[in-house]
Amino acid sequence: MRRSREPLLWAVFSAGGMVAALLFPALIFVLWVAAPLGWVSPPTHGQLAALLDHPIVRLGAFVLLSAVFFHWAHRFRYTLYDGLQLYHLNQLIAVVTYGVATLLALVAAFLLLIP
Amino acid sequence: MAVNPNYTPYHPKWYRRRIPIFWWARKLSYVRFISREMTSVFVAYGAVVLLLQAWTVLRGDDTYRGFQQWLETPAVVVVHAVVLLIVLFHSVTWLSLAPQALAVHLGRYRVPAGAILAAHYLAWLVVSGLVGWVLLGR
Repeated sequence: MRRSREPLLWAVFSAGGMVAALLFPALIFVLWVAAPLGWVSPPTHGQLAALLDHPIVRLGAFVLLSAVFFHWAHRFRYTLYDGLQLYHLNQLIAVVTYGVATLLALVAAFLLLIP
Repeated sequence: MAVNPNYTPYHPKWYRRRIPIFWWARKLSYVRFISREMTSVFVAYGAVVLLLQAWTVLRGDDTYRGFQQWLETPAVVVVHAVVLLIVLFHSVTWLSLAPQALAVHLGRYRVPAGAILAAHYLAWLVVSGLVGWVLLGR
């Protein structure tokens, strides 16, 4: 019998959900709301460039963002499956959602890891 | 949960009631469930745009400034304020599920749900503080 991939997918889903829950509100508030509205002065290019200069930081960003992409894929897949009752499209939905997440992770690797 | 059993041609036909696509719109708790699951779309949008923003930083000062100008467009700010609210909804619903997903035992003693919840909210506070410090501290 084939071993189920479900536990692995669930673990990545869970990790991505935690990354988004803990990091995203602060990042989005500071970078996309507070700074554009002038409530705080936006981080300078030099400051962020110095941060992303470390390969470890870029690798970390790649891992965390990829987990979030798979979080979306897993959750969206089951929302379509359970929410819209699309049982007959199960395989297609899985291929499309995890496929898009894989593609986004590859783009992230390309943009962040290749100097 | 049976996941799409592979039918044989002679599989008996089950009686199944057709369920309308918007079955969940009839009750507030179902709407909340679907909304919670749909936060993932906005979370993914956040990840894509954060990735782009990091890339503009790597590209250089000009690209970063151009992106900054796009972020300051009024319509974009409004959209991002909405994204922030939805991501906050994700955080609150996600962290409030933690006690059910995580059973911590110390010897024979099970750590109460309230403590696990408090630990997660504390982690959220600490991480948010760190993000603010890294982005704004000079």
